[in-house]
Amino acid sequence: MSDTTFISIRGVTKDFGVVRAVDDVSLDVQRGEFFALLGPSGCGKTTLLRMLAGFEAPTKGEIFIDGQPMSAMPPHQRPVNMVFQNYAIFPHLDVRGNIAFGMRKSGLSKTELNAKVEETLEMIKLPGYAKRGANELSGGQRQRVALARALIKRPKVLLLDEPLGALDKKLREEMQLELRALQKSVGITFVFVTHDQEEALTMSDRIAVMSKGEVLQVEAPMRLYERPSSPFVADFIGTMNFFDGSVRALADGCATVDTGPLGEVRAQAEGEAPGVGERVVVAIRPEKMKLNFKAQGESVNSVQGRMGPAAYLGERSHFYVHLDGHDRPVAVAMQNMERPDVWAGQSDQPVWLSWSQDAVVLLRPE
Amino acid sequence: MSAAKTDRNRLGRLDSFAVYAVAYLVFLYLPVLFLPLFSFNESIYIAFPLKGFTFEWYEAMVSNAGLIAALTNSVKVGAVVAVLSTLFGTLAAKAVTRYRMPGRGLTVGFIMIPLVIPEIILGIALLVLANMGGIPLTLFTIGFAHMLLCVPFSMLVMISRLEGFDKSLEEAALDLGENAWWTFWRVTFPLAIPGIVASLLLTFTISFDEFILAFFLAGTDTTLPLFIWSQLRFPPRLPMVLALGATILIISFFLVAFAEWLRRRGVQAEKTSGV
Amino acid sequence: MAESTAPLTPPELGEFRRGWVERLRALFLRSEPTRGYSLLSPTLGLMLLGLAMPVAVLVVMSFWTQIYLDFDRTPSVANYVDFFGKAIYPKLLLKSIRISATVTLVTVLLAYPMAYFIAFRVKRSKLVWIILITVPFWTSYLLRVFAWKVVLGYNGVINSGLITLGVISEPLQFLLYNPTAVIITLAHAWAPFAILPIYVSLEKIDRSLLEAARDLGEGPFMTFVRVTLPLSLPGVIAASLLVFIPTVGDYVTPTLVGGTTGIMIGNIIQSMFGKAQNWPMGAAISVMSMMTITLLVCAFLWFTHSFRKRVA
Repeated sequence: MSDTTFISIRGVTKDFGVVRAVDDVSLDVQRGEFFALLGPSGCGKTTLLRMLAGFEAPTKGEIFIDGQPMSAMPPHQRPVNMVFQNYAIFPHLDVRGNIAFGMRKSGLSKTELNAKVEETLEMIKLPGYAKRGANELSGGQRQRVALARALIKRPKVLLLDEPLGALDKKLREEMQLELRALQKSVGITFVFVTHDQEEALTMSDRIAVMSKGEVLQVEAPMRLYERPSSPFVADFIGTMNFFDGSVRALADGCATVDTGPLGEVRAQAEGEAPGVGERVVVAIRPEKMKLNFKAQGESVNSVQGRMGPAAYLGERSHFYVHLDGHDRPVAVAMQNMERPDVWAGQSDQPVWLSWSQDAVVLLRPE
Repeated sequence: MSAAKTDRNRLGRLDSFAVYAVAYLVFLYLPVLFLPLFSFNESIYIAFPLKGFTFEWYEAMVSNAGLIAALTNSVKVGAVVAVLSTLFGTLAAKAVTRYRMPGRGLTVGFIMIPLVIPEIILGIALLVLANMGGIPLTLFTIGFAHMLLCVPFSMLVMISRLEGFDKSLEEAALDLGENAWWTFWRVTFPLAIPGIVASLLLTFTISFDEFILAFFLAGTDTTLPLFIWSQLRFPPRLPMVLALGATILIISFFLVAFAEWLRRRGVQAEKTSGV
Repeated sequence: MAESTAPLTPPELGEFRRGWVERLRALFLRSEPTRGYSLLSPTLGLMLLGLAMPVAVLVVMSFWTQIYLDFDRTPSVANYVDFFGKAIYPKLLLKSIRISATVTLVTVLLAYPMAYFIAFRVKRSKLVWIILITVPFWTSYLLRVFAWKVVLGYNGVINSGLITLGVISEPLQFLLYNPTAVIITLAHAWAPFAILPIYVSLEKIDRSLLEAARDLGEGPFMTFVRVTLPLSLPGVIAASLLVFIPTVGDYVTPTLVGGTTGIMIGNIIQSMFGKAQNWPMGAAISVMSMMTITLLVCAFLWFTHSFRKRVA
């Protein structure tokens, strides 16, 4: 445990009867970090969050916040506050009542408290809303009031459960940036749960990808995208092309892989390199594939195919290339500004794909 | 042409359903409405034609000592039963709706049993138990029996109330620093009040009107329904019984109507203001 | 949780004890069932005292016999022998069941269209209708039965009204003091118990299911038969049970409007604890009635369950 580790989750497992929701998870969150728990529904991320808040108790394992074990601490004593998925705004209180709710024991006088509430309202960009009733608020406003209610207590950790899920796209994008800025200015450690990988990539300092109760990879967004550690993670973040193959040779940190339909692939083999003869999965991002209408004259990291369907997305386009012997078309993504010529191609026209050595990610098959 | 035909059919069916509904309501209320009708009739015979308008039966009712005593007893028992049943019912409802427990369905079913067994069996079983245990029959035994009947009702009312409101509201309060007691006081209780008032009114009414259990478990002190029963074999007393019945019906009607309105209005409000 | 493996020396004992309390507290916090059941315990306790114990004692008493004013506690099946031996008991039980079954059928059949009306045809004033339906549910059962006695009597409302109107010259005899009077009265008294469960299950039906059925080509009647009716079956079953079970043991209605031909098993039970003074026999009859009812209910549930499977 380093000095900056603020939350330490050690070997935590949670069973609900026979269902194992969280399976032996160990994680560290640094002080002041914006940390994301990312995964499909049912992966255990919300359960893990609720264990941090104290609403569920781990079946096994221990959680430490700022060095203190949390096992005997009920939710109301933890230095942690949560923004709930449906915001949980108290319907019988007005905005001021909601925001000031947790400040009953703070010892502040009425005027001091009102001033603090007003200050918090300014921070969430809802000045003067103190007297509004709870059911007069829109979805986005409720979300901000829920945020204010938690932040006014200056908790050591703020937990957010799919905070932007109920908002429409434009509002969500706005709030993503606002939340990030807010976190940086307030300096509190944020842990938030989402199933939206774009959201996680946009907002977080580090992301923990979860599936079926386990943490698969913990990484900063860029590295997570570029160097996923497993086919699941690779496919969950962005889109990925996958090809099966086996290692033919290994030399100077470079592996040569036979992949059948994709031909011979040369890739960087770092860290735990696969051995010769081992089966691997070759993964290449669509935007790293280069598409040409003429042969490039290379035998490695290049292959010929036929043009398939295409999709125009405004700033970029996705093209699908059929390869002989490969059941799925290869996805190729291109910025339209850079390659306006590709749309002139015909369906079934022969095309050549090529990619660089460091565009290839070698993964262990699942 | 076929559209017009369907419209007319639908209109016809709408009317027949509505007609049925009104007729059914009439069937439901009419026999009971004869009680107030004849309570003002100047005759000891409950028969047509009507003789004249009088308040004499109501005056007799108010000055009958036995009736007043029975009424007082019923109110006493009813009030205590209402408060205790609502308390037990609310605790049970909270446990059932907020916690995951194995065997929850069975437990709820067990608590609901008094609603489905014939009251006579419950009554005699309690009588036997009291006899075996050497417990004298008093208003307390009546009250205890009534609680068995009222707690399931109270639990049902509170379950529908608690289920309609957001579990995460209580979690939010806990999260913001309030312990279980303060969370209940500041969040659960204010939101549950309509349900609690409804439960109090309903359980009071049940206890107040309850006859069969009281019949088996009463000692020397009687409740109002027992008093009515004792008067039924004396024809001259019948009009006074009608007056009493009419009064009870009117008051019960308003109590219960108010309780139901409270209970359902609150739940609907929650549903519309939810996210 | 970290477990200490070193042997405990005296200074560590204090920490151990503190750790023990902490562990107990953590256990309480960790275990949801523990917290839930401790909240439930007062109510459960009440029910055990008021339900399980009395019924158990009742069963025990059914094996005793009555000697004058006292109980002979030597276990014996004499009461049960009497029950089957004297034809009147089983016959009366069967008659009561027949009456209750008729009441249930009539009540549920009449209640269904009413519940349907409120669930599907009423748009704006639903609350008012629900209140109107629910209120009789809560008001005095005794008074409602008494009202029918008044209505059906020899000199009662119907007879005197018809005579006054000149429709008949002599009062109708057949209105009161027979099983039919019992059936009518019970059907009226228990109507609210039938409407509410049916209404609740009709209300829960997802309206888009009905639209889907219409979209797929079914007319309104077939939609009802194939979608609405099966989906409302749980409510119908609940209503049937809520009416059938309590009415089998009713004695108030038979006493007030049944006369000599309309008595039911409840009257006998009541007399055993009243004038006839034979508590053990009364207990035995009650046990037999409860068992019969339970058997019938199980048969009913099994039948409807397999019926639903076949229809689905």
